[in-house]
Amino acid sequence: MQTTANESGTANALTYRPEDPAARARSINGPKISKADLRKRFRLSDFLAEKLITTIAFVSLAVIVMIFVFIFREAAPLFFEKEAVAVTGVATEDETYGDEFLSENARLRDEERLGSISAETAGGEGEASLANLLSESWQPVSLEPKYGLLPLAVGSFKVTLLAILIAAPIAILAALFTSSFAPKWSKEILKPVIEILAGFPSVVIGFFALVSLASMMQDMLGYEYRLNAFVGGLAMSLAVIPIIFTVAEDALVAVPRYMTEASLALGATKWQTALFVTLPAATPGVFAAVLLGFGRAFGETMIVLMATGNAALISWSFVEPVRTMSATIGAEMAEVVFGDTHYHVLFLLGSILFIFTFTLNGIAEVFVRQKLLRRFRGS
Amino acid sequence: MNLRRIVLGSTVVGASGLAVFSIVAVVIVVMSTIVMNGIGALSWEFFTAAPKEGMTEGGIFPAIVGTALLVIIMSIAGIPVGTITAIYLSEYASQKSPFARGIRFAVNTLAGVPAIVFGLFGLGFFIQVVGSGMDQVLSGGAELKWGQPNILWASLTMAILTLPVVIVSVEEAIKTVPQDLRAASLALGATKWQTIWRVVLPNSVTGILTGGILAVSRGAGEVAPILFTGAAYFLPQLPTELSDQFMELGYHIYIMSTQSTNVEATRGIQYATTLVLLMLTFILNFSAIFLRSRMRARRIRL
Amino acid sequence: MNRLLILLVGFLLTFPLGAAEKITVKGSDTMVILAQRWAERYMAAHPDVTIQVTGGGSGTGISALINGTTDICNASRPMKNSERDKLKQRFGTRGVEIKCAQDGLAIYLNEANPLNELTLQQIKDIYTGKITNWKDVGGPDERIILYSRENNSGTYVYFKDNVLLGEDFAAAAQNMPGTASVVNAVAKDKWGVGYGGAAYGKGIKFAKVKKDVDSPVYAPTKENVAAGNYPLSRYLYLYVRNRPSGALKEYIDWILGDEGQKVVSEVEYFPIR
Repeated sequence: MQTTANESGTANALTYRPEDPAARARSINGPKISKADLRKRFRLSDFLAEKLITTIAFVSLAVIVMIFVFIFREAAPLFFEKEAVAVTGVATEDETYGDEFLSENARLRDEERLGSISAETAGGEGEASLANLLSESWQPVSLEPKYGLLPLAVGSFKVTLLAILIAAPIAILAALFTSSFAPKWSKEILKPVIEILAGFPSVVIGFFALVSLASMMQDMLGYEYRLNAFVGGLAMSLAVIPIIFTVAEDALVAVPRYMTEASLALGATKWQTALFVTLPAATPGVFAAVLLGFGRAFGETMIVLMATGNAALISWSFVEPVRTMSATIGAEMAEVVFGDTHYHVLFLLGSILFIFTFTLNGIAEVFVRQKLLRRFRGS
Repeated sequence: MNLRRIVLGSTVVGASGLAVFSIVAVVIVVMSTIVMNGIGALSWEFFTAAPKEGMTEGGIFPAIVGTALLVIIMSIAGIPVGTITAIYLSEYASQKSPFARGIRFAVNTLAGVPAIVFGLFGLGFFIQVVGSGMDQVLSGGAELKWGQPNILWASLTMAILTLPVVIVSVEEAIKTVPQDLRAASLALGATKWQTIWRVVLPNSVTGILTGGILAVSRGAGEVAPILFTGAAYFLPQLPTELSDQFMELGYHIYIMSTQSTNVEATRGIQYATTLVLLMLTFILNFSAIFLRSRMRARRIRL
Repeated sequence: MNRLLILLVGFLLTFPLGAAEKITVKGSDTMVILAQRWAERYMAAHPDVTIQVTGGGSGTGISALINGTTDICNASRPMKNSERDKLKQRFGTRGVEIKCAQDGLAIYLNEANPLNELTLQQIKDIYTGKITNWKDVGGPDERIILYSRENNSGTYVYFKDNVLLGEDFAAAAQNMPGTASVVNAVAKDKWGVGYGGAAYGKGIKFAKVKKDVDSPVYAPTKENVAAGNYPLSRYLYLYVRNRPSGALKEYIDWILGDEGQKVVSEVEYFPIR
């Protein structure tokens, strides 16, 4: 047995090393491993698993792209020339069935009707020119269909604005309360309540607004139209509060403790700290919260469909009925003939909704990530 | 100075406290209105019978079945895809890779798309393209079977809508599995896939369940996407094929409160249906919250 | 657990019920209770036939007929030339029109409104927005709140054609999704006015209508509609793509026969004879 201190670092008096030099080298340096041995072994199952997983993971990306493609595809024909389809039959040669069942009286009246003057309202193919799209009248079922998008856009903005004006202060103040001055037990109550509110399906909120809230508000405030932008906005705020609250609270809680503690150490009260230190520090996040709420309210369909009266009006008053873009799609999509101008205009509305919410969400995310990170990393 | 400070202080604290109070109050008012007005119409018959006499009597059984079928098919389609995407994002993709960022971007975008736009997508893609294509292939375009609204397309539309929820939940669960566990598995000679399949996934079941439950809750509640992709007003029979239409709880509430034959007479049924839907989403959401808190507790413990 | 899964998958991929005939009916909201009653009664007597009924408005039904997604379309207005053209383009047929019932289009007023009668011209002016106050038609000094239907409704189109004579509705007219919601709205709104089928009137009263200032005034009752005196009486239609045959023909014949027409009276519409 031989040991030397300068052979292998872990050698000591008790280490055994063989005599034979090759074996001795192996015991010191370890078995000889070639580069080939170190390469990752190919296993079919692993390889397949990885490829399959990667492919499927791209589904979500593919879906977003497809949504873009297919929604714009159905709106696109509006912007290209369509040859007018001029095939007209005559009404009197149309087939009827079951006339033998009619009473004498009825049959006579029918002949009279066919001769009378009445307008042919439905089925007209309108021209969705830019002028038409920017006009102030939405009457798609008409002798001369009017596809003015302005009243719908105004409607969407009105309701959304109302919803945010009501929801944002309440949600932000509530978030401030729970993050800065709330006693422990209040958080345990509020968090579940917000979760419950977030879990309300929008059709339930719309139902409640239509059946209860609308009459309540009319009795309390005494305005003329029972279903209007105000009721819609109020109901919508119920749906939007959880979003703004959650994101704003995250932002407020993320304010570094050293800031708040420093403020308190300097003698500020809890509310002074909250109002003048925490809230300003969390501004990007709070702003993002409001943007996200705005996006959600803008795209919401069921609540406005049930509670706003669906009248395509342009007016400054908040207690008049409105018709939002989303409600228009929801109400009219089922009735259009596929491939009609009306159909394409509805898809155009959908595209606008999509782009708008996409942009809002993008801005919100940029705000939250960039500004927040920069602020706190810098300091 | 002192007075001004006191006034400002109490206003701020008071206002924010009032905000909290009003939120709680509103939720209580809404829930109690629905419960009080709806509980009277609940009965065994309500849950098991079909609507009769022009919807003024009978129950909502077909709507319950329709909703159940919708969420089952939606889950079969959505949960595997969501889970696999989450596995990719947390195990296979490097955090900086453009693919990972692209997928995350897509997931965030999907989460923000309005529900009605999903409905348009279902119409424009599933019904017009996939459905019509299937009809061309299967019957040469003669029979219009798949190119119309039905439960399959509605469920797939919902699956896409709830995909982000599933992905986020599963990813959160996978993150709670400690690196040590993975390292140990690899050290013992398991391959990456074996590690995922036998170590990571079994420990993430809670997250998968949470994601699934949240997705189901959302799917049962959203009405906008199914307005023109499959829901029907009155079906005498339960759907038996994937190409059938279906009745659904949320859609039923909408129709009954706006278009039913006698809105006043059916008020009790409307409230009761709303109550059922609300209770359903309630139970689902709370189970999800419970599961999630258990998952987080385990993370701290480990 | 595995067994349950197999059962579930088996259920989902069930073979179609080849024996049963399936008839799809879509369309008019005005006619939907009627259509449902017909379906219920017919299915009770003929268990081998399944009839599926959906509302959504006459426009929805006609579009479904053109798109091919329904067998029978209920319509509370006649199909337009342009719609028939579209149908011809798709299916090579201009469709077959079947009159199945009569309806009196009623003008709804709130029970508390002191006004009771209106001329056709007044109704037109109210709904096009020319008259905005009840006092201009003999009522109290209150703003008129207009309730209308969504544009997929046959009732909407009928009203536009025959009362508004093609002019557009006032922008302030609130578009309600169904007849019942119009009734509901007028019942809750003292100064509201609405229109819709005469079968749906609960909680409101029907205005008596006269052709012009000098004609006699008529209420939408069975006698007035059957005699053709009520100015706003109209037919309710069924449309199919081709001349009915087989199970479809049996069903339609049943509707036009005594039993079907009895149901019409039950639902408070007016039979065709």
